[in-house]
Amino acid sequence: MRDVVILRVVAKFLIPVIMLFALYVQFHGELGPGGAFQAGVILASAVILHMLVFGLETTRRVVPVAWLRAGAVLGALLYGGTGVAALVGGGNYLDYDALAADPVAGQHLGIILIELGVGLTVASTMVLLVFTFAERTRR
Amino acid sequence: MITALYVALSRDLLAVIMVFSANSLLAAGMFMVMDAPDVGFTEAAVGAGVSTILMLLALRYCARHERPGRPQWLPFAVVALTGAVLVWGTMDLPPVGEPGNPIHLHVAPRYLQESGQEIGIPNVVTSVLASYRGFDTLGEVIVVFTAGLGVWLLIGARRRDEEQ
Repeated sequence: MRDVVILRVVAKFLIPVIMLFALYVQFHGELGPGGAFQAGVILASAVILHMLVFGLETTRRVVPVAWLRAGAVLGALLYGGTGVAALVGGGNYLDYDALAADPVAGQHLGIILIELGVGLTVASTMVLLVFTFAERTRR
Repeated sequence: MITALYVALSRDLLAVIMVFSANSLLAAGMFMVMDAPDVGFTEAAVGAGVSTILMLLALRYCARHERPGRPQWLPFAVVALTGAVLVWGTMDLPPVGEPGNPIHLHVAPRYLQESGQEIGIPNVVTSVLASYRGFDTLGEVIVVFTAGLGVWLLIGARRRDEEQ
């Protein structure tokens, strides 16, 4: 695959655009369609495209597996931790009103935090899945 | 419909995966037509994108062509019966898009009218998923996480043992 010039050039051009689009979907999810889950999958697909074109070894140097494992755990923890923070703030579990003095601001903060958690977990897990399968089939 | 039949009948698994991916893309377009861009987005990215890659990778360690075998009549009968019952069930459903349908009268009006003041986010889908239905979304994240953990423990971790 390394020798196909057209694929390499197009992939190099597309990967940053896909990543930018993922960030757009992540942070624009409260205004337009989309949200963290979709953003996570789009981000993962950028990494997977990199893997398909440049090979598993190269991509694993760019995105180490340890990061992915940490990302998957941190995302889930961030979501759960937001719920605990709401408990500490005096509300029910995942009741974002308690996160800030103003309920609407609290809702905003809570939604941004949990969406970050969702995006992180989804992106890391998807890439981890593909890496694991690719590594197994390589042998 | 045609793509689904092809997936069921063809024995060339590579072609099946490709057609399956096209099927997902068509479904994504269908969701867009039905004014559900959020769902269409997910279907296009997950169904047509990532799951195709996963199936291709899985195909690399089994044969490309399915072995011809005897037709399995009992599974076919079970599937056909279930499908017929499901179609029969849809007969009782109210027509799509009717304003008086139960789904439009339960919590949807409250979400549509008050989420603007309560949450202050224009995209109601995001408010519902992230705030009103926060527990469900937490469950989904845990499901994704657990699936990844399961695959990694089953396939990834075993390889590490072999290296030692």
